[in-house]
Amino acid sequence: MAKIQIDGTFYEVKSEKNLLDNCLALGFDIPYFCFHPAMGSIGACRLCAVKKFANADDKRGRIVMSCMEPVVEGMIISTDDPDVKAFRESILEGLMANHPHDCPVCDEGGECHLQDMTVMTGHNYRRYTFKKRTHNNQYLGPYIKHEMNRCIQCYRCVRFYRNYAGGKDLNVFGSGNRVYFGRQQDGALESEFSGNLVEVCPTGVFTDKIFNKHYARKWDLAHTPSVCQQCSLGCNIIVSERYGMIRRVMNRYNGSVNGYFICDRGRFGHEFINSPDRIKKVHLRASKASELLEVDESCTLSDFMGKKVIGIGSPGASLESNFALLNLVGKENFSHGISEAEHKLTNQSIRLLQSRKVYSPSLKEIEKSDAILVLGEDIAKTAPMMALAVRQAARSESIKLGEKLGIPEWNDYAVRELDQNHQGPDFIVTPSATKIHELVEMAGQAFAKAENPLIITGISGGNEDILDACSTIADALKKQGKKLSVSIVFPECNSVGLALLDGLTLEETEERIDGRQKAEEKIDTVIILENDLYKRASKERIDAMLKKCRQVIVIDHLMNETARQADVLLPAAAFAESAGTVVNNEGRAQRFYSAVPLTGQLKPGWSWCNDQWENLDQVVNALVDAYPVFSAIKNQMPDADFRCSNEKIARQTMRSSGRTAMNANISVSEPKPPQDNDSPLAFSMEGYKGSPPSGLIPYYWSSGWNSVQATNKYLDEPDGHVRNGGDPGVRLFDDIDKE
Amino acid sequence: MLSLIRSIFYTFLHAFHKRETQDYPEKMPYLPPRYRGRIILSRDPDGKERCVACNLCAAVCPVDCISLQAAEGDDGRRYPEFFRINFSRCIYCGLCEEACPTYAIQLIPDFEMADYNRQNMVYEKEHLLISGQGKYHGFNFYKEAGVNMGVKATGGGENENQPVDLKSLIH
Amino acid sequence: MKYVFIIAGVMIVVLTIAAGLIYVERRLLALFQDRRGPNRVGPFGVFQVVADMIKIFFKEDWVPPFADKAVFIMAPGILITSIFLTFAVIPFTDKFLVLDSNIGLLFFLGNSSLGVYSVVLGGWASNNKYSLLGAIRASAQMLTYEVFMGLSLVGVVMMADSFSLREIVEVQKNGWFVFPQFLGFMTFFIAGIAETHRAPFDIPEADGELVAGYHSEYSGMKFGMFFVGEYMGVTMISALITTLFFGGWLGPAFLPPAFWFFFKTGIFICLFILIRASLPRPRYDQLMEAGWKVLLPLVLLNILATGAILLLKHTT
Repeated sequence: MAKIQIDGTFYEVKSEKNLLDNCLALGFDIPYFCFHPAMGSIGACRLCAVKKFANADDKRGRIVMSCMEPVVEGMIISTDDPDVKAFRESILEGLMANHPHDCPVCDEGGECHLQDMTVMTGHNYRRYTFKKRTHNNQYLGPYIKHEMNRCIQCYRCVRFYRNYAGGKDLNVFGSGNRVYFGRQQDGALESEFSGNLVEVCPTGVFTDKIFNKHYARKWDLAHTPSVCQQCSLGCNIIVSERYGMIRRVMNRYNGSVNGYFICDRGRFGHEFINSPDRIKKVHLRASKASELLEVDESCTLSDFMGKKVIGIGSPGASLESNFALLNLVGKENFSHGISEAEHKLTNQSIRLLQSRKVYSPSLKEIEKSDAILVLGEDIAKTAPMMALAVRQAARSESIKLGEKLGIPEWNDYAVRELDQNHQGPDFIVTPSATKIHELVEMAGQAFAKAENPLIITGISGGNEDILDACSTIADALKKQGKKLSVSIVFPECNSVGLALLDGLTLEETEERIDGRQKAEEKIDTVIILENDLYKRASKERIDAMLKKCRQVIVIDHLMNETARQADVLLPAAAFAESAGTVVNNEGRAQRFYSAVPLTGQLKPGWSWCNDQWENLDQVVNALVDAYPVFSAIKNQMPDADFRCSNEKIARQTMRSSGRTAMNANISVSEPKPPQDNDSPLAFSMEGYKGSPPSGLIPYYWSSGWNSVQATNKYLDEPDGHVRNGGDPGVRLFDDIDKE
Repeated sequence: MLSLIRSIFYTFLHAFHKRETQDYPEKMPYLPPRYRGRIILSRDPDGKERCVACNLCAAVCPVDCISLQAAEGDDGRRYPEFFRINFSRCIYCGLCEEACPTYAIQLIPDFEMADYNRQNMVYEKEHLLISGQGKYHGFNFYKEAGVNMGVKATGGGENENQPVDLKSLIH
Repeated sequence: MKYVFIIAGVMIVVLTIAAGLIYVERRLLALFQDRRGPNRVGPFGVFQVVADMIKIFFKEDWVPPFADKAVFIMAPGILITSIFLTFAVIPFTDKFLVLDSNIGLLFFLGNSSLGVYSVVLGGWASNNKYSLLGAIRASAQMLTYEVFMGLSLVGVVMMADSFSLREIVEVQKNGWFVFPQFLGFMTFFIAGIAETHRAPFDIPEADGELVAGYHSEYSGMKFGMFFVGEYMGVTMISALITTLFFGGWLGPAFLPPAFWFFFKTGIFICLFILIRASLPRPRYDQLMEAGWKVLLPLVLLNILATGAILLLKHTT
């Protein structure tokens, strides 16, 4: 910590961070482009100038770049000196000289960092009357659109893509006024993090092509905090809606999980919600031989319930949906719908994580590990954001080396020059590898030296022996007084949550349905909840199982193979249309909320599976009563009655437009805004607009900061933790630890 | 007291003054060309829609009576997929016209839009779009903007250099 | 039988005038304000009255749930009744009058005092802050102005030596009382405006401050009764001014006496409207101050002077 004087006031600041970072944490509006809290600074844009004074008598001072300035005890700076302001304005004028006049057709417009900075520096009139430099654009694949004319040469894209995320195919070309950011030739970007270029780029060079297909301005979108359901990491996302349709997914900052970035699967994988294959209506089959037909009448699940019912849940469905089904059919008739092997391994993994032996680290803690052993899991495929965290952890040695030489971590380019691509001790071991013993031995040595050793493994490639080995290593390390971190990648977004409920395996379910029992125990109805069984076992096995049931009820959102076999097909709301809780691989329970008001016959899974509970809170109450392991969810997540200043939190921005015209083609009388009984968020522009509790932040905006850079205004410090309640989510395994 | 009587007398004299009332439906009033009445969407000199669906008119509208959805043609040209104005809410303030970066949305001197059915006052794009350029002639946004959207090639604008050839060493 | 005809005749005449005033007032106000006024319904808009009547009759007759229902309904009835009763003693001609009472003038004063109940009860029963404020203002205003309304007529009574309105008119064969009793006429006229709470003394209603005051909550025909009641009040005061100061039905014989009566009354009705078009509303305290500190001494002075002159005449 150091005490410095900014604009005549003294502040306590962190000496390991640079001046800009500290000023932003204190809430000063210093314009910047090239600095990124997660990537450090390189001093490329020259915009974050401040004036530094040698001592109290120095009245003239000198202009320095705050992002390249270490904090020194007693330093005196001014952020709003007239010289500094003029300097920033002239820098921006230079950057704008070649910037095209196309904001109206630019997808970044309205959430553009360059627009914000232009306004902030006060550059209003264009004096440069000569011709503008232009560039040809490249085809960068189906996700990212390239418009190089808009570039302001901040280097953020290549720094993220190459240095931070380890991509190889995006680079900087040319020199002087011709600097070009792109690929060597046209082609799809290869990195699984390419989507982050949209958020990293301060202007509209890289824009979201998927979003462009149904574009809406940021101010018009209704934003909802949600949780990505594409893998077991549970990255936080913002789902945005306009005219009742999901438009895009953006990153939602969670200092313990995904930070500033999400992978492409999370960002672009939401489009299935708008798919023509969506089940939007109840489908019925008159007899086994007839077609599955759409029905217009509304109905409930109880219309079709048989005498002996078995319910198959899903690790891809929310905790509440699974519990509602469990409650409907009874514990002994509830199946997890996963194979015996997966079931066993999952349970064993959770027992390991729940035990006090090992620590279950968050992604942010993985970044801080100094020795990592990856056992039998291809994390780049099954949990890409964990691979990104491991990549950061691999730099731990060079950062330590830099510190030794007096180069702070934020001085990114210098640290990278120093390490010359040297990577820290992390080892990737697959059980099929031949030299496994040798590698493990090496890893053992590294672990002995490390302070935060970490083992990463997973269900998909793992086996019981690995888990046993983890346990043994943990015991060994314990003797040295160290705690082993173990991070296990699970196959689906709620695998952990489901495993905490009772249930049968798929094999046991088949046996129950098989009909070898007594006649009165014969199963006549099976309810399958958001689970495509054909992906979990061979076609013959599932066909045989479903054929034996008198009636197959499927509750799902996409017309998949299982849905086609249904006798009764009920339309389920997808994750962006319903609220619920999922538990990620770390044991962190996180709540997602519906981004679209439900229409027609769509209902969330938990709503189909029960008649007694009217909203999510009632399901959660019953869940906690039945399974006390989840009590932290009830205690720590705001329920639907939660209010900020007596108001619900508005999903729409205060600039939201078209309220009196968007439904006017149907009826000129404006309807009442749809009600949301499951969350403290409102489908309206009316409501609380300040800084809501961390898990309920619908979008990032602050006066003068319309771009995603406004994220920092919601954090205790850039790259820190979310203000007003800490990082969202409740760690369930910690609670057990405390007991 | 006298002043009161004087006031009464002056008021009485007004009985013999000329009437100020405009006999509107019988006698049409004069409307200046920049009168802010009905809203139209104009076309550029090439006869294509000027609106690029930037949403600025909708954002600035104080009564939120404009709603539209952007779409892109095969050539990359942006246009509104639908463009709806609810004239039963419109206050004819003209802010949409001021916000429009392409002169697409314009207010014209026609105010006779009353209707017995409010539903009839919802205008879609086909009701709004006229075939001419309206008040502003000769402006084509895509010729000025730095993007290639089928109107001019990259670097083909009046204020643009030819695109940089990265493979060349000469600046 | 004859009385029935006369009573019916008086009621029809009064109601017709009052209803006609709805149109006449709007036309005259337009005239004084350089406008055209209602000119859409029928020739010169004369059927505007019919249109207004249709509207007011068919409007939902709504009693607010928070109101004191019985009193709320009763209040406009009191107003109409008290004004109708006053017309019983007004001599339209020497033949055409309902009741030639020897206490006619006192009967009028008594009845006009009853009118205050309607306003107070209407405002009270509405159970609405603004209405109650209007009612309080109205009661204070009407009580104040009633005092010297009565006193302003003492001079006339002294000169005519009678309370009978018919006799007062007949005494004026030798000269209208407006000349000897000019002060009385002026004060009576001002008090009359205040008594009917017409502009500029419409403080109990005061649209801008009290949202129509005591009748805020009234709608439909109950509001219509207040509305028409106001015009009947205007007619009544004008008729009394004519009777007491301008010789009633007396006039040159080439036209019937009834014409002269209605002609004179009409002029005063127009004067009421002209004053409404000209003068702004005074503040409440100004109104009370003018009443107690200016008009009351003037009236007392008038009585003193009249008495002294009559005494002098009598003795000489």
